[in-house]
Amino acid sequence: MPAVRIKDHWREQRLFDQRSVVCAAIMGLATLGLIVRLFVLQVTRHDYYLELSQGNRVRTEPIPAARGLILDRHGELIAGSQPAYQLELVPEEVPNLNRTLTSLVQVDLIRAEDVAEIKRTIASSRTFDSVPIRLRMSDEDVARFAVRRFEFPGLDIKTRQTRWYPNGELAVHALGYVGAISEQDLKHIDRAAYAGTSLMGKLGVEGTYEHELHGTNGFREVLVNAQGRSVERQGPFVQSLRTRAPTPGDDLQLSIDLKVQRAAESALAGHRGAVVALDPANGDVLALVSLPGFDPTLFARGITAGEYGVLQNDIDRPLFNRALRGTYPSGSTIKPAIALGALTDHAVDPQRSIFCAGVYQLPGSSRQFREGKGGKHGHVALQEAIARSCDVYFFGLASTLGVDRIDTALAPFGYGEVTGIDIGGEKPGILPSPEWKHQTFKRPEDQVWYPGETVNFGIGQGYLLVTPIQLAHVAGILGERGRNFRPRLVTAMRDAGGHLRRIAPIEGKPVTGVNADAWTLVVNGMIGATQCKAYCGTAHAAFNGAVYDAAGKTGTAQVFSVAQNEKYNEKTVPERLRDHSWFIAFAPAEAPRIAVAVLVENGGFGANAAAPIARKVLDAYLLGADGKLKPAT
Amino acid sequence: MIYEEIASTSRTRRTLSGAARVLLELRIDGPLTVGLSLVAAYGLIVLYSASGQSMPTLVRTLGRLLLGAIAMLLLARVNPNFLRRSSPWLYAAGCVLLLIVAAVGHSGMGAQRWLNLGLFRFQPSEVMKLAVPMMCAWYLHERPLPPGGLSLAIMGGVILLPVGLVAIEPDLGTAALIAVAGALVIVLAGLRVRVMVAALALAAVVAWFGWSFMHDYQRRRVLTFLNPQTDPLGAGYHIIQSQIAIGSGGVFGKGWMNGSQAQLEFLPERSTDFIFAVIGEEFGLLGLLLLLLLYVFVAGRAIYLATQTQDTYARLLAGSLALTFFVYVFINAGMVTGLLPVVGVPLPLVSYGGSSVVTLLAGFGILMALYSRRKLVGS
Repeated sequence: MPAVRIKDHWREQRLFDQRSVVCAAIMGLATLGLIVRLFVLQVTRHDYYLELSQGNRVRTEPIPAARGLILDRHGELIAGSQPAYQLELVPEEVPNLNRTLTSLVQVDLIRAEDVAEIKRTIASSRTFDSVPIRLRMSDEDVARFAVRRFEFPGLDIKTRQTRWYPNGELAVHALGYVGAISEQDLKHIDRAAYAGTSLMGKLGVEGTYEHELHGTNGFREVLVNAQGRSVERQGPFVQSLRTRAPTPGDDLQLSIDLKVQRAAESALAGHRGAVVALDPANGDVLALVSLPGFDPTLFARGITAGEYGVLQNDIDRPLFNRALRGTYPSGSTIKPAIALGALTDHAVDPQRSIFCAGVYQLPGSSRQFREGKGGKHGHVALQEAIARSCDVYFFGLASTLGVDRIDTALAPFGYGEVTGIDIGGEKPGILPSPEWKHQTFKRPEDQVWYPGETVNFGIGQGYLLVTPIQLAHVAGILGERGRNFRPRLVTAMRDAGGHLRRIAPIEGKPVTGVNADAWTLVVNGMIGATQCKAYCGTAHAAFNGAVYDAAGKTGTAQVFSVAQNEKYNEKTVPERLRDHSWFIAFAPAEAPRIAVAVLVENGGFGANAAAPIARKVLDAYLLGADGKLKPAT
Repeated sequence: MIYEEIASTSRTRRTLSGAARVLLELRIDGPLTVGLSLVAAYGLIVLYSASGQSMPTLVRTLGRLLLGAIAMLLLARVNPNFLRRSSPWLYAAGCVLLLIVAAVGHSGMGAQRWLNLGLFRFQPSEVMKLAVPMMCAWYLHERPLPPGGLSLAIMGGVILLPVGLVAIEPDLGTAALIAVAGALVIVLAGLRVRVMVAALALAAVVAWFGWSFMHDYQRRRVLTFLNPQTDPLGAGYHIIQSQIAIGSGGVFGKGWMNGSQAQLEFLPERSTDFIFAVIGEEFGLLGLLLLLLLYVFVAGRAIYLATQTQDTYARLLAGSLALTFFVYVFINAGMVTGLLPVVGVPLPLVSYGGSSVVTLLAGFGILMALYSRRKLVGS
């Protein structure tokens, strides 16, 4: 029989009391454990957690720096920043996105074809971010939105700084433009420096001097909550947060003279071509024109694929910088340099005349080399041969000199090499030589340099290719009688503190070994080209009535070859196969202040198309408002 | 002048004794009531900040506190004998309600916990927090202690039935608290140490076995507890953010309503389960020590009251209620500081929401009833 257990109240009470004490002790230990844990968190590791909590709540927002201004040599604004109105949308505040967008299309604030793109942008943004859905609103657009604002909760007009080109297309190929940062750009830029901006300089001065123009972003610490939303405060207390003001980019002073630039662009208007004018005494580029151009504002405000397609597919290639990248045969503009080479090498007696019957034939060859214009010059000596651009004279001269001595003469003028202008993208052109031909061509019969090619070389035809900037540079060297300055666009930078830093001109290797008589002879030949005294130069009509002596040289670059017995007839040749028209000049001839090269694509004979344009450019720079020569500064 | 001074002193004395008489009449314990009131007041101050200065939240909480206080006052007046006799009925009713919840309960927060009674929603598992220890105490009070094997087996069943029903709702936190409340009765009844060790070993086996029956989120909680950094934005987010909040508070805290973790909502469930971290952030170590001091005082006083009761039912039930209160605090604080896994246990009297405040104060009402109706033997 099992023992009946009897309740022992006293024992149970004691047992309970024991257990209570043990439990209370365990409770004490547990509390102690908690306190130890709290000590570890709040004292030992306090700094660590404090830092984590700081990182949680403070987000650094960039403040984009104001982009530097670009000014011409007289301080006139070429590129600046302008507040632009844009329509922005905060997704979470819009009750019905589709209906809102439809309504915006109806009131013509956004275009129906952009809706899909806008939706994609919104979908990839945070719901509390302000998403720009329409840039560059006109005053009228702003007004149209303002009267309907109540219909559009979550939408607002914001003001943002955008690049502003007050002169539109003017000088766009010198200036470049500011455009959207592409994925390729992202690979080589510092993303932090571009936080808060979606634009960066492309091409031209905007591209090359991007670093100086961009400035340094500032930042602002903002308080954010767990969703990343910016909040004013975290409780009733406003937090002290750090900010750093941005440093604006440097202002750039260009050598460009907008008056000359405008004159050049209006003179060339309607043509495809390029004008480069520079100060031969220091390399300052006074005008740099390539037409047709385009409006850089298109890129600054965000170019659409359609607009870009139009520019890119335009047969006239407005995006192509002819001044720096267009390579053309030099035509007769080569003659002064060849004449100098021949004089230096004593390969020619400048006083001795030859008879020009309009045709040149290499000894022992039946091939005829004809005068470009088909004329006959009769008896011409060196100076007159330059002024009247006698091809027959230079066929013979080239043949006498030979290709190697021609190359030796031309190289110091920078043919076949980039001029080193301070914006990128320049093409070197080609200074052909037997060696070059050997390297360039594959087939053995093409690798041989033929005597006939030397003959053509004498009048700048054949393989020789030059750019307008190169020829302006050459004209400058001729005007300076051998001194060589590297062309440049930026002459000074002013930092945000107002400190002006001038950039010294860079003098290159001069043309040496040419004696003063040779220079005088050739320069006089070039002066003759613009005058009508003993004989009339090729460009005399363009310089009729000029108040200064200009030294110039026409050039006509063949686009396609005329068959041996055929005569080139401007009227019968399709426009785009006509010859390119060149003119190089410097003035005043004895103390040149400006050198210019003009190229008119398919303009025909150099004197007709290019020379009058050069005249206008020279006049614009040299003449005062009274039509008289401005005194030299 | 002298006369007046004497008069005022005597009036003061009379008032004091008047207050004591009121307490006696209400059958509530003065120190315990003061302790609970201080915790509740502290909680309201913190809650105002933690809720983002939400007045409606504060008003609702005051309402619940009031409801709880009324429940406490009413229950304090109930005769312990009635409580004891009604224990099995309450327990049975609770089980039925839990079964109904399991069948037709109202879903909230992904778990089925509520019974919608038209006017208000009702959480039967809250009743079980009181009914289970009452049932256990009732079962044991006439039996010789420490309980024998058969008793233990029956007790196990009594506890595990409602715990199982609550766990499948699923509400792991409440289930654990119910189990603890029941188990504490048995422990206080003198459960032998070797049985306890065996039970713990068994629990380990069951835990291992139970792993395969856990919901995914429950498993994640356990895994996250073991290594919170593995999933910093998922299940580990709570625990990481609460540790940042507490740790960044330092000794003195960032100041009331100035805790960035809480105010900027980095801390999830800042006004409910994780309000302990808000105190740590805004009032620092000192604020938490003060809170723990108040809690320990309340729990200690409750245990003292339990030891002063004179029959087995009263002792076991009061002791269990007192210790369960501390277990709440420890589980919540342990979870928020990363000592324990994340289970949904509110910080008693401070966390916002739920009917747990009412249950808790009702429990203290029962405790006071048990204490105030001592048989005056041997005194």
